[in-house]
Parts: sequence; C-alpha cells; structure tokens
Amino acid sequence: MKMTGADKVSSKTSEPEKSADTVSEQRYQPFYRPEDLADLGYQRDLGDPGEFPYTRGVHSTMYREKLWTMRQFSGFGSPEETNRRSKFLLEKGQTGLSIAFDLPTLMGLDSDNPFSEGEVGKCGVVIDSLEDMEILFEGIPLDRVTTSMTINAPAAVLLAMYVAVAEKQGVDPAHLSGTLQNDILKEFIAQKEWIYPPEPSMRLVVNSIQFCTQHLPRYNSISISGYHIREAGSTAVQELAFTLRDGIEYVEWCLRAGMKVDEFAPRLSFFFDSHNNLFEEVAKFRAARQLWAYIMRDRFGAREKRSWMCRFHTHTAGCSLTAQQPLNNVIRTAIQALAAVLGGTNSLHTTSMDEALALPTEAAVQMALRTQQILAHESGIPDTVDPLGGSFFVERLTQEVEGEARKYMETIDGMGGMISAIEKGFPQREIQEASYQHQRAVETGEKLVVGVNEFQTDESPPVETLRIGPETRKGQCQRLDKLRSRRDTRAVKRALSELKEAARSDKNLMPLLIEAAKEYATLGEICETLKEVFGEYREPSF
Amino acid sequence: MKGKKIRVVVAKPGLDGHDRGAKVVARALRDAGMEVIYTGLRQTPEQIVQTALQEDADAVGLSILSGAHMTLFTRVAELLKEHEAEDILVFGGGIIPDEDIPKLEEIGVARIFQPSTTTTEIIDFLEANLQVQE
Repeated sequence: MKMTGADKVSSKTSEPEKSADTVSEQRYQPFYRPEDLADLGYQRDLGDPGEFPYTRGVHSTMYREKLWTMRQFSGFGSPEETNRRSKFLLEKGQTGLSIAFDLPTLMGLDSDNPFSEGEVGKCGVVIDSLEDMEILFEGIPLDRVTTSMTINAPAAVLLAMYVAVAEKQGVDPAHLSGTLQNDILKEFIAQKEWIYPPEPSMRLVVNSIQFCTQHLPRYNSISISGYHIREAGSTAVQELAFTLRDGIEYVEWCLRAGMKVDEFAPRLSFFFDSHNNLFEEVAKFRAARQLWAYIMRDRFGAREKRSWMCRFHTHTAGCSLTAQQPLNNVIRTAIQALAAVLGGTNSLHTTSMDEALALPTEAAVQMALRTQQILAHESGIPDTVDPLGGSFFVERLTQEVEGEARKYMETIDGMGGMISAIEKGFPQREIQEASYQHQRAVETGEKLVVGVNEFQTDESPPVETLRIGPETRKGQCQRLDKLRSRRDTRAVKRALSELKEAARSDKNLMPLLIEAAKEYATLGEICETLKEVFGEYREPSF
Repeated sequence: MKGKKIRVVVAKPGLDGHDRGAKVVARALRDAGMEVIYTGLRQTPEQIVQTALQEDADAVGLSILSGAHMTLFTRVAELLKEHEAEDILVFGGGIIPDEDIPKLEEIGVARIFQPSTTTTEIIDFLEANLQVQE
C-alpha cells in the first residue's frame, strides 16, 4: 500500500513518525485528489447501494425506506427490573430490545454459586432459570419485538430458554426475530468470558446456528463482534480484520458440519464499535461490507445475495467515554453515532454519558436515544444513501482500511485459522500492544483527550449513578431455593443426563437444551453438566 | 526492601474479564523497573492474597470493572489483615463511583485510581508510598 504526502493534519507534527502499521497510526494527506482514486473501479470496489460488493450499503434505499433500528443495550438487577426498563425504552420509541446479562449468567453460574458473590445483577440482568426468562419478557410479546441477547459461552442455553418462553407465550419460534451474540471466538480474543475450550465451544455455536437455520428462519443466530476487540484496545483495522476472520472461521465450521453456505450465511450478522475518528470509522464500515461480500462469494462460493451482505449493529465506543467532564461524552457519542449512520449501520446503540462512572441512569439513557432520534429525524442524513460515497478521502481511506485488514486476515490464514492464531496468542498480543501504545500516546500528550490530558477543570459535577445492591443476589438465591423444591427433580435429572449423553455424541444439543430449560434445570446446572464432558478453558499467559 | 525492586501483584478478582487496564498497568509498572506478577483472570480473594504472600509483594493492585469491587476489595483487605500482612499496600482501579472511595479507604485500600488515570500517576504513587516504608 503506498502512502504519499505523510503529513498529518494536526499541529503536532514534531513527533517522530512511528511505524505506520495500522491506519489508526498512519498520517493522512492534507487533501486528496482524483489521482488518489486512480485504482478504484466503481463496479468492482463500490457498486450502487444494494449491489455487490455492497460497499455503499446493503439496501438500495437504506434509511429512506427504513431507519436503522435504535437498539439500546440494557439490563441490570433482577429480571423484574430489566423488564421494567425494557418497557420504558419501548414506550420511549425504541424499536428493539438488547439484553445485557450479568457476569455470573455470562459465565454460566447460578446466583447461589460462591463465585457469584458481589456480581449478581451488576453489569446486566441475572438469569438463573427459565422462570427468570419468563419474568424478563412478561408483557412483551416476542413475535412483536426483536430481541438481541448479548450472551456467548452459554448462548445456546439462553437461546433454548428464549424458545421455551416463546412457546409459553404461544408464539411460533418461526416468528422470532432478533440476534444472539453467540460469538465465542472474540471471547477468547478480547472479552474473556469463556467456559469451555475452543473446540466444544465452537460445536455449541454450530449447533445453535444449525438449529436456527431449521427452526428460527428470521433469527440472527450469531453476531460476529468486533466491538469487544476494539474496546480491549485494538485499532480499527485490527477490529475489522479479526472480526471478519472470526466470521470465516464460523463459516468453515458450519460447512464442515454439513451445512450449505446459502442456508445459514444470510443469518450471520456482525457487530462493530464506532470510535472517535469519524472518517476512519466510516471507511471501516464500508470496507467491512466490501470485504465480506468478496469473501462469501469468492472464498465460499455463496450464490444468494443475502449471503454476501454484511449486516451489522453498531455500538458507540464505551472506552472513549471519560470520567472527567462526563457531559463531553454526549458529544463524543453523537460523533460516533454519526459515523455509524454515515457508514450505513443496520442498528445502533448509543452509549450514555455516565457510563465511565457506573451503569447509566434513565435520564442518560434517554439522552443517548434522543441523539439517534435527532440524527434520524432532524439531520437530513437518511435522505441520501451513502452520502460520503465518492469523497476522494473517504474512498481512498476505505480502500486502505480494506487492504490492511486483508493483510491481517492472510496472516491468520497462514497460521492455520483463527483458533490456531488464538492458541498462539496472536490477536491477543496485537491488541495488547495497540492498547499499550494508545495509553502511552495519551500520557505523552501525542493523543489529546479533551478534559483528560488537556482542557481539564478542577470541579467534577456530581453525576447521579445507578447502584445495584446485594439484595438482588439474595432475592435470586431465595427464588432458586423455591424453584428447586417446586420443580420435578426426577425430570430435571433425566433431562440433564440425556444432555450429557448427547454431549458425548455428535448430536445437535439444542433440542435437549430446550427440554432441560423447560424442566427448569438452572443455567448453572446445565453448564456444569456440559463442563463434565467438555472441560474448562484456561487461558495461556501472554 | 532497601535496594530491592518494588514487587507488585496485579490481580483481576472475580468474574470480570475486562483486562485491558490491568495489563496496561502491569506493563507500565514493569517498564518503570518494578517486578510485576500478573495473576490472570478470575482469581478469588484467597488466591490473590496467597500470591501476594508467596511473592513477598510490596503492593497488590486490584482491577474490577464489573461493579463487584465493594465485595471483593473488602475481602482482599480482610484476608491481608488475617495474615498480618497489612503492610502490603493495596490499590485498585476500575469503574468505581466516587462515593465508594471513602468506604474503600476505610477498609484499607490505600488508593483508588478511576478511569483516565495515567500510568505515571500510579508509578509515582507506588514509588512515593513504598519508599516511606523503607
């Protein structure tokens, strides 16, 4: 990749130039000209919106016809509390739900497990059994909302509970739409909420994708996520490259399980971060669509248009929020949301200004949602698809991001794929290095963060924060006690032993997980049963 | 500990997997010439205190972003007291609201570093406080 005129548009040009191995670090030209796009082919690299390779958007009309889904990630405390917050958001005009689970749930532990002490309901809602899931969606008809569930290691179990709740509500699973995060690879790479080793973990992912393909045709069975990779400190290029390479890994595993690419690929979805560098983010989103379209068509021979489309959710960057002068975060979030919309996101979460301090309050969440509504209804941006298309700068940047990401993906191919790269610690180390370099740049003042290393003020206005007390765990433990004495113990034992038996075979585990959920086996019991067969993952040290 | 390098255990108690901050701090302390033992994820307070004792640590740095700090920091401080190892300096960081800081200081956490703290501040703090004890 050639880089010409390496002058950054910044007053700080005295810094020695670092090895420009990522776009985040590279110096931009002062301006761009038609010659910078000499290699660009319209049909090959861009295409009209709705046309291969979808660089300009997956639909020809985009937001003119249908705005992005405004989907605020939410969840805390007991299932009752999150049920109330969900209803609040739906009343305020939010169009989809996105459920955050607490750490014990993410790790497949019940509230009464000693490891859960201090964590129950803290950074998401607690789910111990189907009973909690029923409460979580009480009064929310599952055929009328789309629900995104941010859960990974035990994703198959939560999906089983979701299907069971739908059936109890009288909703045909075929009518369920929404998204299961279900992306275990980025857990090993960045988010680190794993249970089982990579191979059985991948089996659970493949089982759930296969089940959804057959029974939940409108449901996104996985959300291949770059968000956590970026939040762990990666650059934009690393985020894109590792995410799409994870996508390749899932496709390969599904194919190996005997599925046909066009059966499942249309329901693969993606999830990206949107950070502060407006144009780099826009370039990243456009490059993501272009890369994925070529990967699916040429590498995997997909024929269906929907298999080629990289549809994605975007979450503005939590890690960009500062504890100092929290009101400034409103502006950061607005810029990041703008990048996501200019980049053609399909749905969006905007972070709340108080999230560097604690879980957001209702007022802060409302302002975050209002940010999206102003973009949607007042800015005029939705009137034109891909409004930055054709900008010398943005097109050039899109091609550079794409080229850099492709190189990373080739490196991982050379290592024998993502699981092998993870075992070698490659993506983990790359992220650690980028994160450390970022911190150093902030500390040396090379990167300026308003209110943090420049333009500081002494006073920090008190921001009201939301607290989750220990009573949530107490309540859950009592509920578990009651559940365990009320349910049919023999039926639970039978369901769990059948599950264990199936885990030893190569059967799809989804039907047995649904059976176990319906008998009110707890999340912890189900995950423990699988641990007995699959073992547990231990991270090698890097 | 005169003439010796400062030894710091950097630990991730509880279930929280957010290790970006802990790893950046661990590396910065190492670059500043300290000996750093990073425990890895999902350590119980018992394990952390055992590591601190075995490693003859001068300080223990705890990082939690999940909101479980009151429970887990308290437990670490209590266990150090039980082992008569209060001389080990405890410091912490993460998403910790202002109002929790006095309570944590009361139970023996010497200092809480909130988001956007520089690694230099942490290094200066450790050097200043651990020299006092020499």
